[in-house]
Amino acid sequence: MQTDSRSRAVSTDRVIEVRGLDKTYAGGFQALKGIDLTVYRGEIFALLGPNGAGKTTLISIVCGIVNPGRGSVTVDGHDIIREWRRTRSIIGLVPQELTTDAFESVWNTVRFSRGLFGKPPDDAYLEQLLKDLSLWDKRNNKVMTLSGGMKRRVMIAKALSHQPSVLFLDEPSAGVDVELRRDMWAMVRRLRSSGVTVLLTTHYIEEAEDMADRVGVINKGELIVVEEKTALMQKLGKKQLRLQLHEPVGALPETLSAYRLELNSQGDELTYTYDSQGDRTGITGLLRDLAAAGIAFKDLSTRQDSLEQIFVDLVRQGA
Amino acid sequence: MNLHGVRAIYRFEMARTGRTLMQSVLSPVLSTSLYFVVFGSAIGSRMTSLEGVSYAAFLVPGLVMLSLLMQSVSNASFGIYFPKFVGTIYEVHSAPLSYIEVLMGYVGAAATKATVVGLIILGTARLFVDYSIAHPGVMIVFLVLTTVTFSLFGFIIGIWADNFEKLQVVPLMVITPLTFLGGSFYPIHVLPPFWQKVTLFNPVVYLISGFRWSFYGIADVNVGISVAATLGFLILCLAGVWWIFRTGWRLKA
Repeated sequence: MQTDSRSRAVSTDRVIEVRGLDKTYAGGFQALKGIDLTVYRGEIFALLGPNGAGKTTLISIVCGIVNPGRGSVTVDGHDIIREWRRTRSIIGLVPQELTTDAFESVWNTVRFSRGLFGKPPDDAYLEQLLKDLSLWDKRNNKVMTLSGGMKRRVMIAKALSHQPSVLFLDEPSAGVDVELRRDMWAMVRRLRSSGVTVLLTTHYIEEAEDMADRVGVINKGELIVVEEKTALMQKLGKKQLRLQLHEPVGALPETLSAYRLELNSQGDELTYTYDSQGDRTGITGLLRDLAAAGIAFKDLSTRQDSLEQIFVDLVRQGA
Repeated sequence: MNLHGVRAIYRFEMARTGRTLMQSVLSPVLSTSLYFVVFGSAIGSRMTSLEGVSYAAFLVPGLVMLSLLMQSVSNASFGIYFPKFVGTIYEVHSAPLSYIEVLMGYVGAAATKATVVGLIILGTARLFVDYSIAHPGVMIVFLVLTTVTFSLFGFIIGIWADNFEKLQVVPLMVITPLTFLGGSFYPIHVLPPFWQKVTLFNPVVYLISGFRWSFYGIADVNVGISVAATLGFLILCLAGVWWIFRTGWRLKA
């Protein structure tokens, strides 16, 4: 079912290769169904999906946290089962949950992470890392005293402490304020420019739109589509314009039929669905033709489908 | 071999002891000192010697062993349970660490802490009792063997436990009764013949007996059997840990 657009300008060097990956948990729940996915070196790949779609399971298998079912996974050409030590040493993971060593200081917990991944101490590197993440002033603070946003930064610092070449960010924007989100994305871009491959999962389409080179959509354990970001945004970019009419109308004139407007049962609201990524949205023409038809409106609003709704549409269409 | 990883876990666990010095070190030292005061000095002064050893001195190996067992199990079980409880275990799973290395870090730290506490209690006992150690080498072997074995046992408990109650059940409901009934406070030959036989099913009897032999040369069971029983339990614990890591039981989905 997966379609993979390959009209790519960035590296064709494959870093993560997942082939026919299944995962069924002990309770019988099948979290992944025959996943095939390739992530290229130096790209930012966004994995989109609703809750329970299988995003975290997929990441957890690649990182070694969850045992895989059938299929194979390689990282930088090394099998995650046979050559687990090599694959794990080059991966950094920022998990979704804020799971931190509450009683430890920021400095000690980041140092611990670096050691855990087999790297000798490098205080100069860790100092720079904490400074980049605006954590240097907090280095002696216990993690439990930090705000949620600061804890998220600590988790990023821990994930980067061993200088990984592949970084997984699992729902990094969950519970994060605007400032941190901007800082985080700036940091991700810096990492990408230094050659780090980034795979992030998210609910937020804007995040993927802003950051990703390519996007994969996963739903109910199946990878529905893998596309270049711009191509996917055109597919998912449908928006709706809603007009609250000044006076109810019984029927729409023939001159407006080209717009495929929907009139509600009360006759006082019009809905126009358009492609926000297209060259022409048709809104200007619609407003002009409405005026020409003598239909006045008192308010208007736009709405974009939630990602979940788009997924439902995608699944329904068999895309 | 990821020695940096082993060292990171070991140091991290040892640092936790430093943060909880009251609970980790002072508390067991205080409670054992109370045993010496109550049973050794107050009651023991009215009792006759046992096989040429004063009752207060007779208590020393048993009380040190009680501390070793409790500390080993508690430290190791809490050490692995806590990251499971707060979720930070993901980092250990995703790190390039073999199961042996994980074990070396957690069990090594727990055994070290228990050994240190045991030695401190041994030193503290000097303040109350005049005792001697006839076979210091054997005493050290028993001490290390016991802390490592029961730290492995504690590690298994920490993986098995899915709440704090379970974490406490085994030390309080199993280890403590077995130690109290395992000859900490009396030689087993003072029991009626039937209960002497029942007591031999208690593995702690062999630990205390062997440990006491290293002090005074007196034992409830042959010291060779004590060493063999301790090694047997060590192998059993290793097999349990090996099975857990092989299957990912309670560790990995």
